Amino acid sequence: MAQPSLSVKKEKPEHHHFVDADQQFEASKMGVWIFLVTEILFFGGLFAAYIVYRAWYPELFIAASDELDVFWGAVNTVVLISSSLTVAMAIRSVQLNQIKGLIINLWITISLAGVFMVIKYFEYAEKIGKGVLPGAHYTYDGVDHEKANIFFSIYYMMTGLHGIHVLVGISLMLWLVWKAKKGHFSSKYYNPVEGTGLYWHLVDIIWIFLFPLLYLID
Amino acid sequence: MATSDSPNIKKLQVRRYPPEENPKKTYLTEERGLWAWMTTVDHKKIGWLYLSSIAFFFFVAGVLALLLRTELLTPSQSFITADTYNQLFTLHGAIMVFFFLVPSVPAALGNFILPLQLGCKDVAFPRVNLLSFYIYVAGAIIVLTAIFTGGVDTGWTFYTPYSSSAAGGNIMMMTFGVFVLGFSSILTGLNFIVTIHRMRSPGLTWNKLPLFLWGLYATSVIQILATPVLAITLLLLTMERLLGIGIFDPAIGGDPVLYQHFFWFYSHPAVYIMIVPGFGIISEIITTFSRKHIFGYWAIALSSLAIAFIGFLVWGHHMFVAGQSSLANMVFSFLTFLVGIPTGIKIFNWVATMYKGSIDLKTPMLYAMSFLFLFMIGGFTGIMLGALSVDIHLHDTYYVVAHFHYVMMGGMVFAFLGGLHYWWPKMTGKMYNEFWAKISLLILFIGFNLTFLPQFVMGSLGMPRRYFNYLEQFQGYHQLSTWGAYLLGVGFVIMAVYLFHSMRNGKQAKANPWGSRSLEWQASSPPPLHNFEHHTPVIIHGSYDYHKPMSEFQLGIPTSHNGHGEEETVTPEPGPAEEADK
Ligand code: HEM
Ligand SMILES: [Cu+2]
Repeated sequence: MAQPSLSVKKEKPEHHHFVDADQQFEASKMGVWIFLVTEILFFGGLFAAYIVYRAWYPELFIAASDELDVFWGAVNTVVLISSSLTVAMAIRSVQLNQIKGLIINLWITISLAGVFMVIKYFEYAEKIGKGVLPGAHYTYDGVDHEKANIFFSIYYMMTGLHGIHVLVGISLMLWLVWKAKKGHFSSKYYNPVEGTGLYWHLVDIIWIFLFPLLYLID
Repeated sequence: MATSDSPNIKKLQVRRYPPEENPKKTYLTEERGLWAWMTTVDHKKIGWLYLSSIAFFFFVAGVLALLLRTELLTPSQSFITADTYNQLFTLHGAIMVFFFLVPSVPAALGNFILPLQLGCKDVAFPRVNLLSFYIYVAGAIIVLTAIFTGGVDTGWTFYTPYSSSAAGGNIMMMTFGVFVLGFSSILTGLNFIVTIHRMRSPGLTWNKLPLFLWGLYATSVIQILATPVLAITLLLLTMERLLGIGIFDPAIGGDPVLYQHFFWFYSHPAVYIMIVPGFGIISEIITTFSRKHIFGYWAIALSSLAIAFIGFLVWGHHMFVAGQSSLANMVFSFLTFLVGIPTGIKIFNWVATMYKGSIDLKTPMLYAMSFLFLFMIGGFTGIMLGALSVDIHLHDTYYVVAHFHYVMMGGMVFAFLGGLHYWWPKMTGKMYNEFWAKISLLILFIGFNLTFLPQFVMGSLGMPRRYFNYLEQFQGYHQLSTWGAYLLGVGFVIMAVYLFHSMRNGKQAKANPWGSRSLEWQASSPPPLHNFEHHTPVIIHGSYDYHKPMSEFQLGIPTSHNGHGEEETVTPEPGPAEEADK
């Protein structure tokens, strides 16, 4: 498997330094997987901070999590899970060489990601309005715990970083749409679609962890 | 004789051909001009871009070190203020670690050599490779800006709470710069892992993989696993300054020891990023110049991975006096001792390789031998520091400073310089002057020991690190150390002169000046743009098969009409007659 094949009948690779298209496909897929590992470790640091503080102040987490809106959190979870489905459908379409289907599915995914961000915006706005700001700027007195600000620091860091990832995902998918319209992809070459799809699943999975850890504790 | 007898290995017809001597067309003569260099996706040129950048930073941080040492000539203030002193040692450390040592072997030498040793045209993602260089540049610019807009005086470890609230200067920008830099390191690691997995030429099985690549592989694993944690830590610290996040700041309710855990979870593995690729270089040099098969191939290869793995479990040894529980201290101390085992395995195997070899004391070999000597001192003192009761006495003294300089400079920098001299003929196509190279090595070796041996002594006598003034009783040691540092400076100046001189006026290098068996020497010096003349080479012999005659080590390339028939027989045509090196 790891050995590049030397067959002359193989599909030509997109980039000259690969021996053939198979090698390129395998390489880019592996690259994306490794990238996702680094993403997990990146978020892992925040999860570690979460675990440490939650172990120290369990009652703080239960009290502060009441401030988060479970309804909208749940809506966002559904939105993201659906977008994972549509991005998978986008990959399926391009595998079947249905470029139109690819573009439509990408647009749906982009819109769902947009909905997620809009909801997130309203959640943030509501909190900032009442003075629920991270760390030093925290002024809200609705949570009866001296470390309430730290909970919200963690909340903002985790969801903020996740939000940035959503924005990156949106840009990647817009770029894919643009490339797809120019006829760049086909069932023979769709590595970027596959890679972005994997990335998007990861963004989704991280949210699936964030939602219960932040919203659903008590 | 051309393929191994394992049943399911694909059989190919190969044609042998010798590398071209004095090539007219090389990667240096094609795609010339500043713009072509700055936008190149060729791994060899990117290697050069890195090499020149790290040389620049090494120079900057080296000058800072000389300033620091000059200040320490006298027990009281000599010529800079205490605050400046703090800034200088912080910058010296941070630049040396993040901008020089971490990228030195992987990104500079590794970029150049890895595809050549694998027999492929480039790394798996050439554009990502260029991107990672520019991320490095961006990080560098941010850090330089931070230096000129206030500086930083926290030490390269940026410990909270000092860094999160008390310290002045432009810490936010500094940590952000290092954060950006981390992504460059991550991308290089990612690229290397995929390249090693997916781009090996036919015949290059895992058990023939050159040990330099095993070293790079282990390093890349650390890079992708540890660097993201540093990234998030520094991001949190940056946010601490920017938004008052407060997770590490006790004034707001955070916990400063948590920062130390986060930081060392990266930074201890990172010290292995700074040494394991050096191990790889040493393995290559020692076999080449002992003319002997490497002793204990698998032991060396796997011990790199073992070090990478154990390296993730020992971070607590930096925090023995930071208020860790004594149980944690004991566990971390024990695990720290374990690191000594794979490290020792390596040393024994290198020495065993040299045993009864026909040793050729060329400059790279002398570097490797200096490495063995200096790194052992560094390693043993590390074990001593890992012992709990001893560390309580030695923590934050000059003893620690000497320890990590013996590993980082005596180990890694000497390995890096060994590698640079070893591959210099391949990279430039020119030979450097052996005589001056040896002189400069001698000066560096003496200068290094003069600088850092006295530091062990004064450290154990109680001289704390990061101090600008000191008690008079330490003056003798400090002065020795400063004179040693000047000597080091002289050694490096000589090196710069003869290396630059060789680029212009050096003797033309042969394709394989050292008679090495590994693949990069089967390309011409310097290699053509696509490394192996547009062909994928077939690897027939192991890269340490010194028992086979040199004449067998010509590159095999598959003849164009085959490769798809599993059952095809192997009839290697004899290559064109050519004089063998040995
Ligand atoms: C045999 C392997 C090693 C062992 C057992 C070891 C052990 C230790 C210990 C216990 C300390 C903490 C001392 C203290 O702060 O009180 C330390 C510090 C340090 N070590 Fe090592 N070490 C080893 C290898 C290395 C290597 C390979 C490097 C770098 C290439 C390195 C770089 C450092 C640095 C930079 C520090 C000081 C960090 C700071 O506080 O600024 N060590 N080592
Ligand atoms: Cu350590």
